[in-house]
Amino acid sequence: MELTIILFLLGGLFLGWSLGANDAANVFGTAVGTRMINFKTAALVCSIFVILGSVISGAGTTETIGKLGAINALPGAFACCVAAGFAVYLMTKAGLPVSTTQAIVGAIIGWNIFTSSTIDYSVLTTILATWVLCPILSGIIAIGIFTFVKKIVLSSKIHILRLDAYTRLALLLAGAFGSYSLGANNIANVMGVFVNISPFTDIEITSFFTFTSTEQLFLLGGLAIAVGVFTYSKKVMFTVGNDLLKISPLSAFVIVLSHSIVLFLFASEGLSSFLTSMNLPSIPLVPVSSSQAIVGGVIGIGLLKGGKEVKWSIAGKISLGWVLLPILTLVIAIFFLYVLKNMFDLNVVF
Amino acid sequence: MFNFKIDKLSLFGNSKNLEKDIDEFVTILSEVGLSFKSIVKDYLSHATGDKFEERIEKITTKESRADTVVKQIEYALYEETLIPDSRSDVLRLLEHLDEIIGMYQGNCYRFSIQRPDFPDEFHAELLSLTDTVVNCVEALCLTVRTFFRDVRSVRDNAHKVTYYEKESDIKSSDLARRIFSSNLNLDQKMHLRYFVEKIDNICDRAEDVADELIIYAIKRSV
Repeated sequence: MELTIILFLLGGLFLGWSLGANDAANVFGTAVGTRMINFKTAALVCSIFVILGSVISGAGTTETIGKLGAINALPGAFACCVAAGFAVYLMTKAGLPVSTTQAIVGAIIGWNIFTSSTIDYSVLTTILATWVLCPILSGIIAIGIFTFVKKIVLSSKIHILRLDAYTRLALLLAGAFGSYSLGANNIANVMGVFVNISPFTDIEITSFFTFTSTEQLFLLGGLAIAVGVFTYSKKVMFTVGNDLLKISPLSAFVIVLSHSIVLFLFASEGLSSFLTSMNLPSIPLVPVSSSQAIVGGVIGIGLLKGGKEVKWSIAGKISLGWVLLPILTLVIAIFFLYVLKNMFDLNVVF
Repeated sequence: MFNFKIDKLSLFGNSKNLEKDIDEFVTILSEVGLSFKSIVKDYLSHATGDKFEERIEKITTKESRADTVVKQIEYALYEETLIPDSRSDVLRLLEHLDEIIGMYQGNCYRFSIQRPDFPDEFHAELLSLTDTVVNCVEALCLTVRTFFRDVRSVRDNAHKVTYYEKESDIKSSDLARRIFSSNLNLDQKMHLRYFVEKIDNICDRAEDVADELIIYAIKRSV
């Protein structure tokens, strides 16, 4: 593989690192924030399952990202990834749970504008609609699950200590599911732009199993996410876990589960084709924001408890971050593309 | 992963052990109360020989065991970061229950050392007061057990503690009034009143703990 290709791929890996530092932190944020699971355990489980989700189920949302902007030159993909990664890094440093989804979409639109490519507005509208739908859906699911779980817990008269042990296990399982869903749903953000220009070749392991070039890309992206989780996610975990609302361990489990369900719904090709086969409206396979799903869940629980405990000023700050991020990334992407094209004389589009 | 799995399994094992420890602690509190009742009864019937002292020693042994169990629970809760949202409440609760055990023990030693001279005419009332105090703490034990398993029932049980506390107030005031209107010397009156107050204080403390439990239960239920 050429050195330049590796260099360009580093852009994607940087974005993967950002995703690990920020989005992946959301999955275990409530569990770590409530001190039910220690950071190292959370980071290990998260890393393993995010890689599995990326490699096994990452294809569905990648197709959607590809439709939004078919970036066909490595320098272009590099600029988009670095812009998105940089913007997410800035937000992470501010302790705001933003999302690589919003960043990469902003960057792709930036690429479309810079290269005068056509923007597929129907895909863009679908993605934007999911950004509104995702936290609402997560909030509704959280309210439903919380009501159900609370009823079960109260009627079972289980000892507080045993409930604590079960909650830890449930948090771990929900976190593993969440990490898998995150990998499946969000790997498109990290490696989607490289799929059409993958430097890898398919490796035939047995006559039944081939490790495709896309899967190799996703594995690489998954590893970058894992590095992000271990190196930089702790701060955001505590923001999500403590700042927005004082969360009980049981609520933490519900929030992680509702987030995981939402991410899974928007990533599952199987579910989507099942709904289509039943003549039901299918769920679009769109990379949604794990941050929005988590915050939606937290606010859902807060509203169920009367809404008084929700720190709306922090919720407002987080929402502002969501609006600012795609715009910020769009501007940064255009700047990077300009630099690559005019200062380094690189083709950002073919 | 393997190490983690082992940790998780031991976590469930430790939870069961801790449940047993908490149950044992509450049982000790209940038993110390019942022993205290027997000790007062024995004392008033002048059965203050070796057996009487043995009973008091047994209470001391139980009090020491309660201290050990509380420490075990405290260490386990902190070391394994269990019940992070209720840990401080549970530890405070256990400390306050331990204080009640200490109050029972203190009263027993007072009977053994100071040997108050309660005339026969006050025996029935003192026994009745002791009964009420022990019933009050029994109701508290029940409330504590429900706090750990069924937060919704805490308030239902806690009101019994309040009921017995009020009854104890009435009984102790009546007894003190009768003591001071008797023909005893003032020093003896003061001495007997001191005992009545010290026994009644157990109920006051039990009511405080029951009130705390209601708050803890509200915190847990939301």
